[in-house]
Amino acid sequence: MTKISRRTLMKGAGAIATASVIGKPALAADKLKIGFIFLGPIGDYGWTWAHNKGREAVEAALGDKVETIYVENVAEDASAIPQIRDLAQQGCKLIFTTSYGYMDQTIQVAGEFKDVKFEHCTGFKRADNVSTYNSKFHEGRAVLGTIAGKQSKSGTLGYLGSFKVPEVVLGVNSFTLSAQRQNKDAKVKLVMIDSWFDPPKEAAATETLINLGCDIVTTHTDSPAALQTLEQKGLHGFGQGADMSSFAPNAHLTAILDIWGPYYIARAQAMLDGKWASTDTWWGFKEGTVQIAPYGKDVTKDAAAAADKVQAGYKDGSFNIFTGPIYAQDGTLKVKDGEVMKDADLATIDWFVKGVESAS
Amino acid sequence: MGADFIIAAIITVVGLTTPILLAGIGELVVEKSGVLNLGVEGMMLTGAISGFAVTVITGNPWAGVIGAAIGGALASLLFAVLVLQLNSNQVATGLALTIFGTGLSSLLGLSFTGRIVAPFLSVFPASLSADPILKVIFGYSPIVYFALLMVPLTAWFLKSTRAGLILRAVGENDLSAHSIGYSVRRVRYAAIAFGGAMAGIGGCYFSLVITPMWAEKMTAGRGWIALALVVFAGWRMGRLLAGAYFFGILMALELYAKASGFSFLPSQFWAAMPYIMTVVALSFISSRGTAGANAPACLGKPFLPST
Repeated sequence: MTKISRRTLMKGAGAIATASVIGKPALAADKLKIGFIFLGPIGDYGWTWAHNKGREAVEAALGDKVETIYVENVAEDASAIPQIRDLAQQGCKLIFTTSYGYMDQTIQVAGEFKDVKFEHCTGFKRADNVSTYNSKFHEGRAVLGTIAGKQSKSGTLGYLGSFKVPEVVLGVNSFTLSAQRQNKDAKVKLVMIDSWFDPPKEAAATETLINLGCDIVTTHTDSPAALQTLEQKGLHGFGQGADMSSFAPNAHLTAILDIWGPYYIARAQAMLDGKWASTDTWWGFKEGTVQIAPYGKDVTKDAAAAADKVQAGYKDGSFNIFTGPIYAQDGTLKVKDGEVMKDADLATIDWFVKGVESAS
Repeated sequence: MGADFIIAAIITVVGLTTPILLAGIGELVVEKSGVLNLGVEGMMLTGAISGFAVTVITGNPWAGVIGAAIGGALASLLFAVLVLQLNSNQVATGLALTIFGTGLSSLLGLSFTGRIVAPFLSVFPASLSADPILKVIFGYSPIVYFALLMVPLTAWFLKSTRAGLILRAVGENDLSAHSIGYSVRRVRYAAIAFGGAMAGIGGCYFSLVITPMWAEKMTAGRGWIALALVVFAGWRMGRLLAGAYFFGILMALELYAKASGFSFLPSQFWAAMPYIMTVVALSFISSRGTAGANAPACLGKPFLPST
């Protein structure tokens, strides 16, 4: 029932957003028009907020040469198709669809508009006019895991996940392995809440993890609910997608920042230069799409130093947390000593490392 | 499993239960008057933003709770005008209220996104509210005690007062109530406004207590659970209280099972539990041959007096 009503709502909201877009005056023909399809509202202080910052970065960097338009609150179902098509019909030559759930819809519309270039975020289906791109958030999780491993007194860490998809699994594994480098007995209790955004459930799940002995809880869900709960209990956690220190000044240790600007600017520039080609891009610390927020006041010197080392290692390419030996949950050796997991294997990972306690 | 562990689990259950209990009490009264208002989710969201906004502006969470009640009631009155004056379809209008409330709360919340208030926690002295054992009784927000107090008060009102009897009469047979001189519309307006106010207070439990902030759609579907709860309770107040805590325990059990690495049920099943239990309860009631004995006879029907 909820789903139906939310969809209905999202369609309504989308229609309103589209209407406002249509109302804009026509623009000079030589400008590159770029469209964005957003999952949430741009004020979500998380995923969509970060993508919108990327859009603003394109406008700031390329100025008069580009014009950007966006549609918010687009559902990840068939209703996304007319929304994407609408952007193409309005003359967008480059369209970013910024969530995994738009994958097939993007491919379908791309088939109808061969002269329009599409960029789908976090997916794996490509075509001559469809690129995919993603960010190595798990590199950021390695920094969080390092701090958590150093600072946790109980050695039991909590993790709120959304769904068992590769991106989340990678984050959990990266966080766990990093914590274990600091404290070899560190365990991670994982709860999947089956949603990207459900503040009351996120808060209750955080209380549950704390009650089961976790003193640091990190999240791969989008609201600051966990941080607020941790703040009330005098414990610590991390922001997700944006600096959330204003929600929990004491509990906030640091946050992974999603910085899409460098990628969006590079792709828009490639269009202007006539050099756009279908690719699969997976950038991280090195290229600047993953960054770490300033450390909170409760981050110890030791932890900060270790965290800085991880960041520096990723920036110069000397460090990769997915270096063997790595054991799966059941103890089987998955990656041999000294071997480094390939990006292709990371992108499809579906198993948790040893030390993760989870129900799935 | 020490006492600490059980107390912390109880506190989580109370947090999960209180908003659906509040909204459920309100909806039960609305349905007893013969009106089905499916807009609970929208009214909760309106209450959540009203309560948060008033708290930010006045700095007083008590004022915030009153603001939430007023916000929820105002939203419900919009529904009331449509279904009582214009005799619009109650199901469709209720759904529209949910969509409207979601959109309105997002709009009102634009300038409040990213702000926080101090959580509206226990007002008892710290020697009681922070005591490791006693906090299980004294460690809650005043809204929790208000919800628990409203259960017997509302039950008493419906069962033992003249006004409550009239309200039930209107819900059972609006034409008869009308023919002996009661104003069906006025009674239903009052019931709907009460339902809106309670849903609003339930909504502000999210924005003032659980996560003291405003975020769009932060009630995340709890209004629908409250609706299921009223049916599950068979329109009885005592069973509503028990059902609310039963649903709250189910929600907490899901989280504890997952965090303990238990995986005997897929998590989607847990999430569907309140609805499944409602269907089970309905079947059970029907099989006893007293089907809908307690469901108001005029529930969902428009009031169309011949005169």
